[in-house]
Amino acid sequence: MNKGFKTPAHAIGFYTVVLIFAFLTLFPLLWVLKMSLVSDTELFASPPTFWPESVTLKSLTAGKCPLVGGIKFPCPENFQTVFIDPIFRAGLANTLVIAGITTIICLTIGSMAAYALARIEFFARRPVLSLVLAISFFPAVAIIAPLFLQFQKAGLINTYWAVIIPDVLFALPLTVYLLVAYFRELPEDLEDAAKVDGANIWQAFFRVTVPLSIPGIVTTGLLTFIYAWNEFLFANTLTLDQQAQPATVVIPQFATTYTTDYGAQAAAALVLTLPLVILVLFFQRKIVSGLTAGATKG
Amino acid sequence: MAEIKLERVTKRFAGDTVAVNELDLDIEDGEFMVLVGPSGCGKTTALRMIAGLESVSEGEVRIGDKVVNDVPPKDRDIAMVFQNYALYPHMTVYDNMAFGLKLAKTEKGEIDERVQKAAQVLGLREFLDRKPRALSGGQRQRVAMGRAIVREPQAFLMDEPLSNLDAKLRVQMRSEIGRIQHDLEVTTVYVTHDQVEAMTMGDRVCVMKKGELQQVGTPTELFEKPVSLFVAGFIGSPSMNFFSSKLEESNGGYRLKLADHDIAIGDKTLSERPALKQYAGKEVIVGIRPQDFEDAEIASDAPKDARIKAKMDLVEAIGTETLVHFVVDAPVAMTDDMKELAADAGTDPQTFEERSKEGRNEFVATIDPRSKVKERSEAELVIDTNRFHFFDVETSQGIHGESNNHE
Repeated sequence: MNKGFKTPAHAIGFYTVVLIFAFLTLFPLLWVLKMSLVSDTELFASPPTFWPESVTLKSLTAGKCPLVGGIKFPCPENFQTVFIDPIFRAGLANTLVIAGITTIICLTIGSMAAYALARIEFFARRPVLSLVLAISFFPAVAIIAPLFLQFQKAGLINTYWAVIIPDVLFALPLTVYLLVAYFRELPEDLEDAAKVDGANIWQAFFRVTVPLSIPGIVTTGLLTFIYAWNEFLFANTLTLDQQAQPATVVIPQFATTYTTDYGAQAAAALVLTLPLVILVLFFQRKIVSGLTAGATKG
Repeated sequence: MAEIKLERVTKRFAGDTVAVNELDLDIEDGEFMVLVGPSGCGKTTALRMIAGLESVSEGEVRIGDKVVNDVPPKDRDIAMVFQNYALYPHMTVYDNMAFGLKLAKTEKGEIDERVQKAAQVLGLREFLDRKPRALSGGQRQRVAMGRAIVREPQAFLMDEPLSNLDAKLRVQMRSEIGRIQHDLEVTTVYVTHDQVEAMTMGDRVCVMKKGELQQVGTPTELFEKPVSLFVAGFIGSPSMNFFSSKLEESNGGYRLKLADHDIAIGDKTLSERPALKQYAGKEVIVGIRPQDFEDAEIASDAPKDARIKAKMDLVEAIGTETLVHFVVDAPVAMTDDMKELAADAGTDPQTFEERSKEGRNEFVATIDPRSKVKERSEAELVIDTNRFHFFDVETSQGIHGESNNHE
């Protein structure tokens, strides 16, 4: 049991800090979960309840939710509201498309740019890297209005591209920066070996560098995907309806002029967050270090 | 198979660092050429220029009869073995070896045949399905060799391929690489900082210092007739002992002083080094190889003026020979070469100089293992006076025939 702690007091101290940290991090999420389960009466109860008391289950009817198909099963009321809402379902699909395409574009352009910056020594290398990093600090709000006008002229408003283009612009710098760091850590001898073995620069890149950078590429791709998945500002301004609106923009729409359905919003937020959690947990196992072990002297 | 020619090849890195300066080198078809020198002498840079991994600032590199300065590495038809092996970690041993052939779109059956054959030669058959990380250092080294062999290239380039192996394995691989190269008769350029490797493996050896070529020759030539103090000190193990002395002429013969011993130079030395006469009455740097000492008890018929007495500080009997270390009260001029050698031996040049000025010049001699010399006791040693080496104090150049006369 002793995992390198000097005394039991150390262990207690360590786990106390971990528990506090975990609680602080998870609390908002757990609160949203509670909100999504309870009835409206409990939602607005004062003082608020800590544990959910009035979980209302409704039978989700067949055919209404394409994800579930023909099976009937009990489902909290708020989730049912969310699942049968066609605009939210379209929003989820839009989110998936936007985040997916953004990630693919970022990784394709980013990996090549990063490779060049990592391997080619030229006078402007450092300035370019600094510039790349600086761009990612640029406030998105500042360019929204001009972007809207430009996209309007180009006829891009309310298309996927209206969101994908700014998403790529803002995610790419980080992609490049992270990948430069990864590529620089790869022993250059491996690429030299490939070149001597008869590979051109593309073959060396795709058959040696990329396979060895999988952990880095997966991590970077995941960060990009999460960024694009959660993006709200551009999507809110540059898309208008379910044709291109991602779920983040749809969630606030669970409201009428006079009331806001907080329960449904909480349920929708959870539904939107869940795929990311699963994705991260799944890829966590793929992000193994030491993939390069054995390449060089060990 | 091809010859490799370097013509006035210079490599300048950013900031005007000259890594290789006007290197001229002809490597014959099928020859095993070793580039040797202390770290930072430009040997690896020279090799990488031949490989095409480093651009050539000036001069020409030819492989076969083609100038390859602007030919990318992939089109040079060469194979390289890296110091850290640089095996592709995500590929099996088989795929590592087959990679180059696959890129060259060699037919599958042919690839398999060549890989299997190389694996056979290198004893890797049972490891073909393994990833490099599941191999020992020696096995990885073999895979790196195998990757070079299967390509059947015009030339092998090897960059200190054995430096990561332990001593025993290194000796074994040394002979193995030599045997493979001999069987395949592929032109090979081999970089090492280990002069023993250089001497045992090379058909010819090229000694470099600070980016400049010092001497190219067979191991025997380098050992017997080093052109400079640097080569003399770098080649040979243990390394040559040096001291400064005035060259005195008397009765048609030449004598020199080593501590308070008066030593007569053998007649053969004089006939081999006609230029030495011009140094009569002047100071020269004298070199004696450790092997040219002998215990006076064993070589008892040696004349009196070929003997020195010294207190043995350390006696190392290693069976085949006995190494004795002793201090001689003889200063040595600190030329650039001397400093470079001291640095290579891990001694701070300044310490070395001070020690020498105080008259504490440390000598090493290898003598017959039957010798009975004892540590911390005085012993008499005989010098083979026909095997002295002489160097100019100013230029550090060896004093040989007329052509070496720098005056």
